[in-house]
Order: sequence, then C-alpha cells, then structure tokens
Amino acid sequence: MPRINHNGIWAIYRTEMSRALRTVWQSIATPVITTALYFVVFGGAIGSHMQQVGGVDYGAFIVPGLIMLTLLTQSISNASIGIYFPKFTGTIYELLSAPLSGFEAIIAYVGAAATKSVAIGLIILVTATFFVKVEILHPFWMVAFLLMTSIAFSLFGFIIGIWARNFEQLAIVPSLVVTPLTFLGGAFYSIDMLPQPWRTVSLFNPVVYLVSGFRWSFFGIGDVSVAASLGFTAGFMALCLVLLWWMFRTGYRLKP
Amino acid sequence: MTALGGVDLEVRRGEIFALLGPNGAGKTTLISIVCGTVTMTSGTVVVSGHDIVKDFRAARATIGLVPQEIAIDIFATVWDTVRFSRGLFGRAPDPAYIEQLLRDLSLWEKRGSKIIELSGGMKRRVMIAKALSHEPELLFLDEPTAGVDVNLRRDMWALVRKLRDKGVTIVLTTHYIEEAEEMADRVGVIDKGRILLVEDTAALMKKLGKRRLRLVLQQAMTTIPAELADWSLELQAEGNQLLYTFDANAEGTGIPGLLRRLGELGIDFKDLDTERSSLEDIFISLVERA
Repeated sequence: MPRINHNGIWAIYRTEMSRALRTVWQSIATPVITTALYFVVFGGAIGSHMQQVGGVDYGAFIVPGLIMLTLLTQSISNASIGIYFPKFTGTIYELLSAPLSGFEAIIAYVGAAATKSVAIGLIILVTATFFVKVEILHPFWMVAFLLMTSIAFSLFGFIIGIWARNFEQLAIVPSLVVTPLTFLGGAFYSIDMLPQPWRTVSLFNPVVYLVSGFRWSFFGIGDVSVAASLGFTAGFMALCLVLLWWMFRTGYRLKP
Repeated sequence: MTALGGVDLEVRRGEIFALLGPNGAGKTTLISIVCGTVTMTSGTVVVSGHDIVKDFRAARATIGLVPQEIAIDIFATVWDTVRFSRGLFGRAPDPAYIEQLLRDLSLWEKRGSKIIELSGGMKRRVMIAKALSHEPELLFLDEPTAGVDVNLRRDMWALVRKLRDKGVTIVLTTHYIEEAEEMADRVGVIDKGRILLVEDTAALMKKLGKRRLRLVLQQAMTTIPAELADWSLELQAEGNQLLYTFDANAEGTGIPGLLRRLGELGIDFKDLDTERSSLEDIFISLVERA
C-alpha cells in the first residue's frame, strides 16, 4: 500500500467533477445569467449615474467584487453538498471504511469544489468583458487570490457540510452569515464611501479583505493593504484546516 | 452506553464465520468497528496482521463491506459506482476484473443503468459488487439475505462459496439461522454486546444439539407407564404421540432399550421419526440462559 492513496483521491475528484458535468449547462448558465443581470442593474442602470471610484469606472470596479461574491457562495455550496449528500444518503460508509486519510478526503472533495469555483470565476470574468473593459494589473496575484479564496471557502463549506445535520442547517450559514457579509464586504462599493462608524465596523468583516485584495490585483487599488488580504486568506485557510483535522480525527458528525 | 464489551474473537483465514445474535446484540457495531465506520473507545483489532488504527491503510485495503442498508449514489451508473469503489480503496483500474465481477453478479447487462432505475435486488447486487471491487481478502456481509428474493439468495450463496474457494475470509450476520448452519464453518453467538460462544458449526450442533424420537402410537395413552420412567418421555397430540428427547452426543441413544421395553409392554406404534434440534433452538436456549 503506497503512503498516499492516489487512486482514492482521483476516484473522488473524478466523481465529484462528473457530478458537476452532468449539469454542465446549468453550472455555466446560472453564473453567466446572474452576472449579466448584475451588470445590467448595477453597471448599466445605477453605474451610469455614478462617478468613478478611485479612478476606475463603476462598471469595471464591481467586476472583482462580483467574482468574489459568486466564488464564495459557489465554493461553500459545492463543498458542503459534496460531503453532506453522502451523509444524507448513507453512502458515507464507503468513504469512512476506505483506506483513505481525512487529509486525502479533504484534498479530493475540496479540490473538486475549488476547481469548479475557479472555473465559474473565470466564466464570470469572461462574461464581464462583454459588458465593460477589464484590465488586470497583476495577473499572477489575480490567479493567486482566485485560487486561495476558492480553496479557503471550499474548506469552510466542507466544514459546514460535515456539521449540518439537515438541509436547513446546510442553508443557514450561507444565507444568514455569508451572504450579508459578502454584500457588506465592499463588492459594490469602496468602504471609503461609508460614513463612520461603519467604515471601522467593516474592517471586522473578513470579506472586505478578500474583495480588497482581489480588486487590488485588477486595478492596483484596495481598501486595505495587500499583505492584510493575503494574511487573512491564509489565516482563514489554516483555521479551517485545523478544524477539519479535528473533525476527521474525532469523527465529529461523520461517524455515529 | 456500551454497545460492546469484552469481545475477544478470532476469525480464521479462509473460513466462513457466522455471527448470530438478536437485534441490538452488537453484530453491526462489531463489524463497523473493524471496517472503520465506528470508532471504538478501547481495544485492538488486527486484520491480516495490520492494526486497524495504527496501520489503517493496509488493514482497510484488505476489507470489503456490504452493509445492511442499501446506500449508493442513485444518479451514478452501475459501472461508474463500482469503478469508483475500486479506486477509493486504492486499486488501479482493472476493467477486465470489474467486467467479470459484474457478469458473476448478473449485472453486466445493467452496467450502463443508473442505480435509481434498478430493482431492490439489483441494487443489493451492486452493493456486493462495490464491496468486491478491490479484491478484498476479508468480506463482511451484514444481514445479506434480509429482504432478498430466492434467486438472489441462491446466487449470493453460490458467490460466497466461490469466494471462499478462492481463499476469501467471510464474516456474515444473518437472521436465517438455517443458512448459518448450512454455510458457516464456525458460528459465534453474540448478545448484549458479549460473545457468548464460538464453535465449529458441526461441533456446536453436536455439543448442544438435542435429538428427538417421535413415535406415533396405534392407541392413544392417557399417562406414561411407570415402566418407562428411565427415559425422558412426553405425551403429545392428545396422547397419540410419544416424544423421546435425548442428548445427541451421549454414549448410547437409549433407543434400542426403549423400543424393546415398548415391545414388552405391548405398546404398538405405526410410525417413527427422529429429528435434530436446529441452530435456532440452540441459539434461543443460549440467549435465554445468558
């Protein structure tokens, strides 16, 4: 038996990806249509009445925020359903009885979820170019933020999927916590536009750091420093990994 | 609450071992611990020389599990889900092996069907195919024939024998005690989380088995004559039948003496029949005694 179960990781990754490909048109059409709607409403209708933000046209300004918005929700929902569904249908027995470590299971499930998120993020970016002129100042960092955010929030979604005992719990964290934080995270505005004390309060919103860093990779401007954005994303990822390590070690809500 | 306590059990390589016990006895918990789906609070389990905790990869790679409940991704095809299981257990793809496996289980024609389109019996065959996909050395069958039709049951036992011939060790739990009696090399009886007994099936039958001689009398009796007090007799069927119960492994059965005495007393019978107590009787008496 090799030290790492490559075949096992590949089997899960491939199955998870083919699950998405079964509904490939739905997977592509949904983000494309949603993004197009945002551009019509925010970019076209509202944006035409707005001046530039930090020297960037409003239409272009919201592109990184929009991608982040979708990235967060997609990562969480993909990863949480990926592990929640086997728990719900009982097929998890196979995963638990397999010669596969928790870390390998995380690589496979979170890897698949993050791959889908990155793909959707790129689809949105391409869609955006049909509506506004998008320039990317730091392509390397753009890709880095895209990957890191997808992985970090897929890890977070994986935790939710393990934690959730039913479909309500599965939906409650994304809808009650993540969506508000995302909307208040500066996806559609710069937090400099907020009056005090809301500007300071916003600095406690983790999504601000993600959007800001991502926006910096596009336009070279951000609400907070790039180092803070990178540090936050890396820290969040580490926190999720520690929690998952504990979950697999103890079998928390995985084993009866 | 402790589901299992003081279980000390050794299953021999290549045997068919039947685990018998009432509902809630701990059969599934025991299997689940070995397979890794339940974590034990204390104790050690060794599979083919590998500790299931310290060396879980090597241990689990040798184990196949068919759980009691059918649980398969219903949108996957038969072929995909069996191939998935093989990969999950760390084995490189082997389409020829999977083809043979599906043919053995009469699933080949259905290989492209989605699980949701299959009948219950077919789904159970898929569960078995998944468990065998990585060529395990040890196969657990948890209540394999519960709610299964005659055809599938026959196929399943044929497969179990074939696997045993190939050297696969099989541990099964079953409610059909006749099947354990017929199939198993050894039987373990478990109740309230404790192993009450482990014995060769034949030896167990011999050791605990009672035999009965039933005599259908020409004329009904009201009481058993005092001259027959040496034998443990019982009158049944309104005095028309005489039932003699004796120990199957006693030196002499006492039958010749009984028949001679009956002749001397002029008691005629028109038919006789002997029967051996089943594993079920043994099992009930063990559980009641515990």
